[in-house]
Amino acid sequence: MRQEIRICGFGGQGVITASVILGKAAAVYDNLIACQSQSYGPEARGGAARAEVIIDDKPIGCPGVHVADILIAMSLEAFTRYGRDVKPDGTIIIDPDLVATSDLPERAYPIPATRIAENLGNTVVANIVMLGAVTAITGVVSEEAIHASTVKSVPARFKELNERALAAGMAAGRELKGLGRG
Amino acid sequence: MDRALIRRALGDKVQFIQGDDACAYGALLAGCNFFAGYPITPATEVAEQMSILLPLVGGCYIQMEDEIASMGALVGASWTGAKTMTSTSGPGFSLMQENLGYAIMTETPCVVVNVQRSGPSTGQPTMGAYGDMMQARWGTHGDHEIIMLCPASVQESLDMTIVAFNLSEQFRTPVLLFIDGELGHMRERLVIPDDDEVEIVNRPMFNGQGKYLPFATDASLVPTFAPFGSGHRTYVTGLTHNEQGLPRSSSAEIHDKLIRRLADKINNHRDQIIRYEEFYADDCDIAIITYGITARTCRDVVEQARSKGIKVGMLRLITIWPFPDDLVARWAERVQAILVPEMNLGQMIHPIREAVAGRCKVAPLFRIGGEIHTPVEILTALEELQCQLC
Repeated sequence: MRQEIRICGFGGQGVITASVILGKAAAVYDNLIACQSQSYGPEARGGAARAEVIIDDKPIGCPGVHVADILIAMSLEAFTRYGRDVKPDGTIIIDPDLVATSDLPERAYPIPATRIAENLGNTVVANIVMLGAVTAITGVVSEEAIHASTVKSVPARFKELNERALAAGMAAGRELKGLGRG
Repeated sequence: MDRALIRRALGDKVQFIQGDDACAYGALLAGCNFFAGYPITPATEVAEQMSILLPLVGGCYIQMEDEIASMGALVGASWTGAKTMTSTSGPGFSLMQENLGYAIMTETPCVVVNVQRSGPSTGQPTMGAYGDMMQARWGTHGDHEIIMLCPASVQESLDMTIVAFNLSEQFRTPVLLFIDGELGHMRERLVIPDDDEVEIVNRPMFNGQGKYLPFATDASLVPTFAPFGSGHRTYVTGLTHNEQGLPRSSSAEIHDKLIRRLADKINNHRDQIIRYEEFYADDCDIAIITYGITARTCRDVVEQARSKGIKVGMLRLITIWPFPDDLVARWAERVQAILVPEMNLGQMIHPIREAVAGRCKVAPLFRIGGEIHTPVEILTALEELQCQLC
């Protein structure tokens, strides 16, 4: 069941944080095997950020993602770079406000994570909205696990905001899934 | 050290953390109570974690002015009886060489973690590499042996850090724990072992009977230890010294005896030091000999290759130094070719070739630039080797 997930965008969007929360959900709360890695430049913000999570029910050898089962792209640059490295039956989730391109495949799930986060009061939780969406669309981790991992990973005073972001992401994901996208 | 305090400092039993953090956790479990270091990517998280953990358990963390001083502080603290560790990456490891030799010569237990990045010089700070394998062996001058472990996962980083401390204490010598930027920054599930699962070895202590000769030994070849402040007179010098520790640097006989003993105390106990893992050892035409993070990809490829009918086995070295030459020689007798993938331009292939001694073909597969080998790349190399053997 090896699932290779790539989350990418630009520095500061919480791409790496999202990958850590997803990996922790699988490894600690769903009792699966997970391996998370990231690549980033020396810049603190603004450069390209890419994180990878592999989830499996048996020990993980190669820790790198080559052709992803799931791609979450939160910038046009990230989609342009990694949009093709997805399996034919793989899942693509994008933020349509940030990935505005005519190249988008029909099967892509548009989740306006940044706009949803903004409506919740803080764009910083856009990454958590995406985690809610990917959970609802793919079931790669359980809803209980992603919730537990998120709550454990964020500062206590932002617990409620993150829970709302997660719920909003799940709702958006379920809605698209119900429409038969993908 | 108070085990309950250590448990509380480490937190949940199951965590999702980085290789760097796992080294710090392992150190704490092994009883490390002193860390001196200088931050450097990609090893900074080891120091950061130690700076958080050590004060919680009554230990001491010092951020030094540089890596030369860090190694010096380790030697000093260890002579008070502390279990000591530092962490660094290539540029810092270069600076540590002088005092690493001093620790070897003065039989001072300490653990050095090197989270390797691409060199030479400052190279690629955020990228992984295995370019310091030979520097570990011969970086400090003079005849010497070194013990070095190379884990391949986050869990093993914790486990092998504990082993590193134990070997360091048992043989009173520095032990190197080498990972790389990729593994150091990779997160995986980590299960913190219970106290009854953690073996802790302490250096042999002077029992107070008779006159204390700080560098006299029995058959173990490891001298007993009396810490500074315990009332026993000890002279510690990097010069060639006698059993009292006094400099005798012009005596060929004393030098020969001392340096051979320092080598023998490690070489005579290779069976206690050498750790490795084998897959399909008995039924293969081709072997992959690998270590560190590269071994993970190799293991996937072994399964893929076998499903394609290539009879390949794998030897993963965990102990790098002392080099398990007998083990490699036994593999060389069983197979027709050995593939050596390395994240450098060829370092461990040299002792492998020496151990193989022409018994079979040895093929390199070197990759530099900071990225790990792809499965396809290794599989292709195996297929090419297979063709050459037909």
